[in-house]
Amino acid sequence: MIPEPLLRFNEWISQPWPWYVAGPMIALVMFILLFFGKEFGISANFRVMCAADGADQWADFFKFDWQSQGWNLLVAVGAMFGGYVAAHYFTPADGHIAHVSAATVESLRELGVPAFASKFHTEPVQYEVGQVPLVPEWYTWLALFDWRGWLFIAVGGFLVGFGARWAGGCTSGHAISGLSALQLGSLYAVIGFFLGGLFMTYVIFPLIF
Amino acid sequence: MMRMSRYILVGIIFGITMYKSEAVSWFRIFEMFHFQSFHMYGIIGSAVALGVLIVQFIKRRHLRSLEGKEIVIPEKDKSWKRYLFGGFVFGLGWALTGVCPGPMFVLLGSGYTVLVVYLLAAITGTFVYGLLRPRLPH
Repeated sequence: MIPEPLLRFNEWISQPWPWYVAGPMIALVMFILLFFGKEFGISANFRVMCAADGADQWADFFKFDWQSQGWNLLVAVGAMFGGYVAAHYFTPADGHIAHVSAATVESLRELGVPAFASKFHTEPVQYEVGQVPLVPEWYTWLALFDWRGWLFIAVGGFLVGFGARWAGGCTSGHAISGLSALQLGSLYAVIGFFLGGLFMTYVIFPLIF
Repeated sequence: MMRMSRYILVGIIFGITMYKSEAVSWFRIFEMFHFQSFHMYGIIGSAVALGVLIVQFIKRRHLRSLEGKEIVIPEKDKSWKRYLFGGFVFGLGWALTGVCPGPMFVLLGSGYTVLVVYLLAAITGTFVYGLLRPRLPH
């Protein structure tokens, strides 16, 4: 029998977290890592994984002391555990729903995202306010039977990996760690992130959906 | 063992936060790039606002890390090309997959195993950058 207060706590923590909880939590994560003498930046792991697989024979960029970066891989492993725990134990009453605005649901309909997503399902997907899933339907292995699945998952991943190293960091390294340290370079990077994201959203999406 | 498990613990806090704040959602990123909600801006904005205070506090107090060394906050390069161009490429991928590297690990753990393909693609992207690095503007 699970004690009542524990159930209450679970119910409480299972609600969607508002931004003013999530933001400070991320700042806390950054502070803890600084206190451990490290810097918060997840995408550096990709470089470590390259170097660990022997990429140092191919380019000098991968000749560095990657063994000393093991801690960052552990942060990534922890993030996976966190995802597992949140998805399996902290589910809100209305399920795994993204609480996006009504305007966003309207934009999704205009773009015809359901028509694309339903290719992977027998049931056509129609987004309604309050019913948009947290994770899109096309994050399945079945999606790889459609070229758009490859585009979304593989091409997107490639661009993220390439761009993150060129810019020297991703959302955590630049938008959080870099801006917090008032680094001008990080501001340029964040402007770059947004220019790229807006170009994709407004120019490329209407072509592929 | 304790030394190492503390990083896993930090990762767990980060992972739960990303999942519960819906920052892992493709639809939230879509919404952000359409400027239709304050949510994502609130997350990043409040994290940075608090982060600036934390960094200033660390610098002014010359705070020491757990190992007793003064905490040094690394400076980024004094250039703009690599940040703007690299950032642009990253932004394309971010809006497309709706997933940046942190949430990728979170979703992988929550059961979306297909993101292994994303992980391999991101490692390939990093590798190709390493090869092309001498020829790219920085």
